[in-house]
Amino acid sequence: MCFLAPSQRSRSSSTDMDWQGQKLAEQLMQILLLIAAVVAFVVGYATASFRTMMLIYAGGVVVTTLITIPNWPCFNRHPLKWLDPSEAEKHPKPQVVVVSSKKKSSKK
Amino acid sequence: MHSFGYRANALLTFAVTILAFICAIASFSDNFSNQNPSAQIQILNINWFQKQPHGNDEVSLTLNITADLQSLFTWNTKQVFAFVAAEYETSENALNQVSLWDAIIPEKEHAKFWIQISNKYRFIDQGHNLRGKDFNLTLHWHVMPKTGKMLADKIVMSGYRLPNAYR
Repeated sequence: MCFLAPSQRSRSSSTDMDWQGQKLAEQLMQILLLIAAVVAFVVGYATASFRTMMLIYAGGVVVTTLITIPNWPCFNRHPLKWLDPSEAEKHPKPQVVVVSSKKKSSKK
Repeated sequence: MHSFGYRANALLTFAVTILAFICAIASFSDNFSNQNPSAQIQILNINWFQKQPHGNDEVSLTLNITADLQSLFTWNTKQVFAFVAAEYETSENALNQVSLWDAIIPEKEHAKFWIQISNKYRFIDQGHNLRGKDFNLTLHWHVMPKTGKMLADKIVMSGYRLPNAYR
């Protein structure tokens, strides 16, 4: 959806999560899951209870889901400012002149 | 991580991969446990010893089995399967193993036991070679983990002998 021209973009995608937010959400997800796994293993091993380890890890996965998946406002602090469609019409794209390569080689 | 579904998929995949690592490490931690099981089997009585109509020998025993398998249990053990087998050699077969009794031990508390029973499964030979036969009684066990590889081991107790004549 980020590859579409501004006029074709749907309204909701521009406010879900910006680029900085996406990076933050991904890093948070990985760190939180790793921490949950380490805590789960250490506590499970210390209490000699496999069930405790699995429960702590499951809880960690749920907490991580709640933190990183919904579009919290903190992930949208640096929204990109797209060019307004009416402005884009006033300034059309410049025409690109294609130089033919045959001319250059014959000069030699 | 563009959309909701994309992030959910990434999270789920990463979570499952890490879960696999946790289980592998838990299984590996079993190597550090100190295992010293012990067992003793006594034959209290030979109830009868006959030749069946088909020509095979059969014997019925009363066994007294004492075992302490508590040290086999770790945090990663689901259950221990133990069985007693009579092992002997005949002219036809290099090794005969006849299972006489087995049990599933689900918890550490049940792993130290003393039991006196007649053989749960019939002790029938392939042929009629059992008169005067020396045999071993071996306690085998399989430790079934919650995650990881199953481990099998045994204690061999020798010195048992069947009578020379049918009773």
